[in-house]
Amino acid sequence: MSEYIFYPGCSMESSAKAYYESVMAVCKTLDVKLNEIDDWNCCGATEYLSLERMPAYALIARNLALAEKQANGTNTVVAPCSACYLNLSKADHYMQEDKAFGKNINEALAAGGLHYTAGKLAVRHLLDVVLNDVGLDLVKAKVVKPLAGLRVVPYVGCMLPRPDYSHRYSDTEHPTEMDDLLAALGAEVINFPLSTACCGGHMTQIGPDTAFELIRRLIASADEAKADVIVTLCPMCQMNLDAFQGQMNGYFKTNYQMPILFFTQLMGIAFGKEPKELGFGSEFVSARAAMSRIGVKTPEPAAAPKAKKPEGLPMPPPLAKNGKHAKETVK
Amino acid sequence: MPEMTEERVPAGPRQKEDLSLLHEVSAKTAGVSHVEMCIQCGTCGGSCPSAAAMDHTPRAIFAMLRAGMREEVMKSNTPWMCVSCYYCTVRCPQEIHITDVMYTLKNMALKSGAVKHSTASDFSRTFINFVENYGRSYEIGLAGLHNLIHLNLALRLPNMAPMAIGMLTKKGMSPLPPKRIKGMDGLKKILKRAKELESA
Repeated sequence: MSEYIFYPGCSMESSAKAYYESVMAVCKTLDVKLNEIDDWNCCGATEYLSLERMPAYALIARNLALAEKQANGTNTVVAPCSACYLNLSKADHYMQEDKAFGKNINEALAAGGLHYTAGKLAVRHLLDVVLNDVGLDLVKAKVVKPLAGLRVVPYVGCMLPRPDYSHRYSDTEHPTEMDDLLAALGAEVINFPLSTACCGGHMTQIGPDTAFELIRRLIASADEAKADVIVTLCPMCQMNLDAFQGQMNGYFKTNYQMPILFFTQLMGIAFGKEPKELGFGSEFVSARAAMSRIGVKTPEPAAAPKAKKPEGLPMPPPLAKNGKHAKETVK
Repeated sequence: MPEMTEERVPAGPRQKEDLSLLHEVSAKTAGVSHVEMCIQCGTCGGSCPSAAAMDHTPRAIFAMLRAGMREEVMKSNTPWMCVSCYYCTVRCPQEIHITDVMYTLKNMALKSGAVKHSTASDFSRTFINFVENYGRSYEIGLAGLHNLIHLNLALRLPNMAPMAIGMLTKKGMSPLPPKRIKGMDGLKKILKRAKELESA
């Protein structure tokens, strides 16, 4: 059995429960023990870095300090979320690269009675652990229900392969780790050129026009390649492509129905686990039809409440101060 | 034909360069930014998925920093449109930490007051307010509050309400705030000290 320090991240207990459940189920099969960091805090995503530098890094480093204290025989922190993974690596990397900066962060941590020795821990994503520690041979040995006939798009996203401070991945733009894993599960893996293109990140909340186009090109491209599902390894990517797919369809007047799953959900299916145990049925775009192709019956997601039809005539855009209609922009 | 003169005009800038803005940005960026090394090749803008929505491409921003155009840079929407995809960062031949420089420019724009309210900066603030009080982020509360503050944005989008309900029914998310972490007092002290160090 191998043990790791585990940093789940906030999404795992709210919007990405399916990821959490499937990670736990899969790790049990692979005999990987994840010891959660006691009293961890949010990594701040990209938002704290946008506001203030020192507090943002101090927030991240508190988790590293707690992990270092808790480390018992292992010095590897595993994060399943790409944004968390990048933030933890970023803090560790810059505290080493810029000693004065590292000293400042530790001075802030000291106010809360903590300290982190930069470079002490290895921060890794779960995919990396599955591939390089567990190994594909063991993964293959655990497969009881090969995913033969399921056409999958491996979608890696941005923050795992880039900037890749510790050179853990095969390429910053076209890493093949996820392809290899899905092939080991027996799935038909599509060579996807947009595998590390952006999912829109927080733009769904800030500049939806920008976000929708980024979501559209991924979904449309996967659809063109006749994919059954897109497979992700990050809660943010999953949320943007799944929960916002309907809005994207509304915006472009398209009707894509592309299920978005976590790689651990497919691993669980291949390991013969029950779909319910793996968080199936919590997706916006139902994976039921896709999974039935390989004879797996997954629960139907709860029915979506119907959108109200707008009543009456559309409202004119608001008038600008000069009395003319303001051009609609989102900034 | 212009009259030829004996006077020779030396190549290079006519006046002494003022690189204080460039150096300031570099110093305020975590790690070693390499921002002074830009060769104006434009690979960054060409790699950027949101360049079309930017007032200036990243390349132009780096030229403006060198030219000391503080006000224009602070008011540019460029860093706020950055999606943190790091394509520019890994493709830059000079290894400039472009995404991190964008974070620095956002920090500076907020501090200078050049940017007071925008959907981008308000989103970051709302997100972090929850983190500073609970130690954890609060996705449902964040989306709700953010869309109330920027109702004009929410109203333009179809199906916003059904989507929010879907988050609760499909994904099984709790509408309640997260449980406060045990070490909240300690975290508050850490952040307070970090803020002091930032402004020092």
